[in-house]
Amino acid sequence: MRERRAPDLARRRAAALALFALAMAVVPLFASTYVVSVLIVVLFAAYFGQAWNIVTGFAGQLSLGHALYVGLGAYASAVLFVRFGLPPWLGMIAGIVVAALVGSIIAALSFRFAVTGVYFALLTIAFNEFTRILFDHFGWVGATSGLFLPVANRAHDDLVMLRGSPVMFYYFLLALSLGALSLSHFLLRRRIGYYWQAIREDQEAAEALGINVFRYKVAAMALSAAMTAMGGVFLAFYDNNLYPDTVFAIGRSIEIITAPIIGGLGTLFGPILGAFVLATLGEAMTQVSSGFAIDGLKQWCYGAALLLIVALQPAGLWPWLERHLGLAQDRR
Amino acid sequence: MLYLNIIVAGLLTGAVYGLMALGLSVIFGVIRVVNFAHGEMMVLAMYAAYVANRQTGIDPLLFLPAATLLLFCLGYALQRGLINRYIARPDHEQFLLLLAVATIITASLLMGFGPDARNVQLQYAYDSYEVAGLLFDKVRVLAAAGALIGVAALTAFFRFTRTGKAIRACADNQVGAQVVGLDVKRLYAITFGLGAACVGAAGCLLLLLIDVQPYIAPDYTLLGFIIVILGGLGSMPGALLGGLLVGVSEALSAFIIEPSFKSALSFALLILVLLVRPQGLMGRA
Amino acid sequence: MSALLEVDTISKRFRGLQAVDSVSFAVPKGGIVALIGPNGAGKTTTFNLIAGAIRPDSGRVRLDGADITGLRPDRACHAGIGRTFQLVKPFGALSVLENVTVGALRASADMAAARQSAFAILERLELADKADIAAKSLTLAERKRLETARALATKPKILLLDEVMAGLRPTEIDAMVRTFADLARETGIAILLTEHVMRAVMALAQHIIVLHHGQKISEGTPQQVSRDPRVLECYLGSAASHA
Repeated sequence: MRERRAPDLARRRAAALALFALAMAVVPLFASTYVVSVLIVVLFAAYFGQAWNIVTGFAGQLSLGHALYVGLGAYASAVLFVRFGLPPWLGMIAGIVVAALVGSIIAALSFRFAVTGVYFALLTIAFNEFTRILFDHFGWVGATSGLFLPVANRAHDDLVMLRGSPVMFYYFLLALSLGALSLSHFLLRRRIGYYWQAIREDQEAAEALGINVFRYKVAAMALSAAMTAMGGVFLAFYDNNLYPDTVFAIGRSIEIITAPIIGGLGTLFGPILGAFVLATLGEAMTQVSSGFAIDGLKQWCYGAALLLIVALQPAGLWPWLERHLGLAQDRR
Repeated sequence: MLYLNIIVAGLLTGAVYGLMALGLSVIFGVIRVVNFAHGEMMVLAMYAAYVANRQTGIDPLLFLPAATLLLFCLGYALQRGLINRYIARPDHEQFLLLLAVATIITASLLMGFGPDARNVQLQYAYDSYEVAGLLFDKVRVLAAAGALIGVAALTAFFRFTRTGKAIRACADNQVGAQVVGLDVKRLYAITFGLGAACVGAAGCLLLLLIDVQPYIAPDYTLLGFIIVILGGLGSMPGALLGGLLVGVSEALSAFIIEPSFKSALSFALLILVLLVRPQGLMGRA
Repeated sequence: MSALLEVDTISKRFRGLQAVDSVSFAVPKGGIVALIGPNGAGKTTTFNLIAGAIRPDSGRVRLDGADITGLRPDRACHAGIGRTFQLVKPFGALSVLENVTVGALRASADMAAARQSAFAILERLELADKADIAAKSLTLAERKRLETARALATKPKILLLDEVMAGLRPTEIDAMVRTFADLARETGIAILLTEHVMRAVMALAQHIIVLHHGQKISEGTPQQVSRDPRVLECYLGSAASHA
């Protein structure tokens, strides 16, 4: 029975994914600038969530400071562009290297000293905040007054210098997110993915099965940080301005992790679904609350919605939706 | 002498931080839940004291018992009605739950009071004592005294009362506590209530020293984390020690380097402690 | 009879309590040896010392001639130690097959080969029909089998079984005994087990080591040990209630 149903399910899942990718690819041809701008927010959230999902969802290490890697990627590429005119693709390599290094160092330090669980989470916040304050005083990158990129020439899209229309960024982000999806899918079916999940489920048992827990946890953090930094590059060139207090904000770290948790931590599609739900929710709240002009109404509804989701679907929305779409593996 | 004055001011403020962090530490030590809405709850208490002062002119210090009771009830109800169902769930679910609570508290305050800074006017705001050439601001002395009384009261509660001892038994061994017939749910609710009561008191005291606005809440949640980890999560003297340390380090770095740098030193201290002595200065290994 | 596992006067002290006190014994290639003793005798600590979860204060552990004293658990596994835990530790969210595949990946980096060998082990342990079920929804008896299957999948030279029969029904115990006896006979793997269930110990073990208060007080064949007055005195009286 197992053998008969599995390929059928795989085909249906592949078809659903292809349909989703196709729909996303054609949307900018019809949609308004507003819809595209909202979808860009969705794709940023989805991609950052996918990157974070690797270290927390797959390997089970709760990082609450991922804005750090967004910032490192954003600043590395933006500074090299503004100061030396280097194309962001080179800056991206720098950002990836720096972020992976910083992520590995933080992970290595904490896991070497047996800092785990809540302590690890708080340590990641501490490094995040510490770096933010450092950048606040880092004059060469603009400190608190910010770092600005020359405003884009919208006449044509410059794919090398990443200067262009929102639609160009939309496609880059869509590619990034689909790339992250494929990478996650690939890794989960390899030894490293099996080992990450084993560590997440029970570290002691994982060790007894010959897994070098330290090495795999550090690897998860390095990969997650590097991917996050890649997204940071696009954020810098899309926003055109960088302030330490917004790029490195703890609020951003929290935003990054909310989408995957709501969508379903450790699942492949959870971060994307969560990003859609949250952005739609956010936009709807903005529309509704703009009619009342009450400060905080939007945040209040947002908080209430979070509460509702965590109360009704604590494992996330995707596992639930997956079942209803008939795409779930039958695993009682 | 100038440095000594700054250190004294830092210590006095630090005592209030200590009381706030004590609440976080007690909650984590017993229930094993990190209260990510801790700063938000304190800011709520600050607004309560502010409103009471606006309406009746009552000094926040005199309003303190009422705020403490109010926050105790809030904490008790929150634990009993909501958080208790999540105590055995994974960390990230608890985090999301308390994030939702925090968001709702901040948003409610924003709806009620707007984003502007508010403060209370006190006649003795600029009074100070001079002892042996050292300057003591009256408000800081009062705030620190209040904080120390709060810490002492809570310590006495855990050491001498039946309920306090029962809660400690719960923290050591939850299953054992259930076996001997302790009502763990109720004890957890009391614990969360007490943790909230700490920020109820600390909020009133802090209102003597700073302006309040909804958005400062996350900073104080973070500050609470730094302090309890410095001192050792779950350690009561550790929370006070951590508070004093952070108070002094903030005051000194604000003076020596520059005000916006004040929390950088605290974070550096935190990173150092986590790496060298992860259980905190006073925590058990 | 050449020794596969040699435990040479290992000791471990916890805060004033001498948990394991100069214990020595050996497990021959292909042999089944039981480590028995009342609660708190130091059996699980001895396991942890061999498998690397705890470092011994003194003494050596050798496996197949190589010194594995104080190796980290993952290295001990690579050296050829496969262990189970007394309190089972399934990877709850993973399927039964995935659980065992994690173990099989120790011996083979190739996914298809690992899954195949994992499935073969599930068949041997009569779990094959549960392969696609999440490990968290197994019964206790099944979880204990899964624990064994996972350890076995790492292709160990010796299998350390920590009370894999505790909490099972008599028919389930008999089935487990048969499985292990077949396993040792067919694959030549050595087994070291701790067990309270005397019925299983007597049926399986060729050699028994008795621990009491961290010391070895007796060893020999099941017949010898069961007639040893020291063993009867300190142990069998209390064990009767467990059997």
